[in-house]
Amino acid sequence: MLQFIQRFFGKPPSSATAKERLRLVLLSDHLSLAPDVVEALKHDLIEVISRYVDVDVPNCDVTFEQREKEVAMLANIPILGMHPRPVPPPPPAPPPPPSRGPDLPLLDPTKTGASVAVAERPPAVEPPPAPKPAKPKASGPANGHRPTRRKRRKGMSTNTAAPATS
Amino acid sequence: MSARRIVLTSGKGGVGKTTTTANLGAALALRGKRVVLVDADIGLRNLDLVLGVEKRIVFDLVEVVEGRCQLRQALIKDKRLENLSILPAAQTRDKTAVSELQMSDVVAQLGELCDYVLIDCPAGIEHGFRNAIAGANEAIIVTTPEVSSIRDADRVIGKLRDRGLPVRLIVNRLRPEMVRSGDMLSVDDVTDILSAELLGIVPDDEEVIDTTNRGEPVALQSESRLAVIYDKIARRLEGDVIAFTQFGTPGFFGRLFRKAG
Repeated sequence: MLQFIQRFFGKPPSSATAKERLRLVLLSDHLSLAPDVVEALKHDLIEVISRYVDVDVPNCDVTFEQREKEVAMLANIPILGMHPRPVPPPPPAPPPPPSRGPDLPLLDPTKTGASVAVAERPPAVEPPPAPKPAKPKASGPANGHRPTRRKRRKGMSTNTAAPATS
Repeated sequence: MSARRIVLTSGKGGVGKTTTTANLGAALALRGKRVVLVDADIGLRNLDLVLGVEKRIVFDLVEVVEGRCQLRQALIKDKRLENLSILPAAQTRDKTAVSELQMSDVVAQLGELCDYVLIDCPAGIEHGFRNAIAGANEAIIVTTPEVSSIRDADRVIGKLRDRGLPVRLIVNRLRPEMVRSGDMLSVDDVTDILSAELLGIVPDDEEVIDTTNRGEPVALQSESRLAVIYDKIARRLEGDVIAFTQFGTPGFFGRLFRKAG
């Protein structure tokens, strides 16, 4: 009866916990990954998807299934809706990087990327360009990594002050 | 015709490998099969004690390997079952006293004398484990429905499959009432996690302790429910298709939370 009451008030049976813990630990045993790495993988996966669509994060379920000789990752990620236009700017960015990616290294050897970086830094220390970086700064943190790359490209072609601050 | 050479292993210690070896051997012998049990746990021998033959040991596995006696001289015949014998491990030596090749050779020789060679593997995955599996052509994994046992079993299954040994599973010491209340992993959970074929389910039973105290395998106690269970496992080994007894299907709360979780 005590058990019944405990159950009624929400103490879940431990076998479900055991099963989930085992799944996770065996996965990391098989992949030679630490459990926190697997957790981080789950987290990043959901984060990446939520950049493109509105994800029901609390109901996301990423599990790993042991098959005969391999492990399969199964992600059940409910989508609440598509993001309105403002966020999509990142999507066009991913296709370019492969094409632009080579561009950067190409630019680097010719113009020497290291020297560009050095050239960018000094203006940052200079007080006069400071007011200009204020605007890029506002958009910078909101968009994450890719925008900073863009700023650099802009900086290389136009103003070196903006990238210097980032 | 050569015998089936089956290693019983688990990775983790204390899950019931030796007890299972003794009882499965007895069950097969009761069915008229000629069985030799090999204690591969050199330095920590116990199979003799579980079978109640500890006072009759003259020679052991290491002495056979070192050529100090004939293989037949080291075999101890069970007094209750004439077609059951045991090759005891050495107690005063360590596991490096025997090589994989030597072990494989002894098991192959035993295979000429009987229908089944059951090898009781020591815990761990080191030298003793490699020796124990060296001569086997099949494996039985003994696991309890506990996380540490299952994780170790998974590791061992991986090693056995790498060697191409077919693996089957005995879930030992299941407590049906705990499975019903959702506080113990069910057999389905275990086979699901380990993705291995099930050979048998042995419920936890105090009678095992009682019979082991006396050196009488519970499989020989005709009135015992465990004798029936070991007999079923023996018949499955023989190729019979026998339905598994459903011990402790998860109850209402077990199912409820399982779905929720």
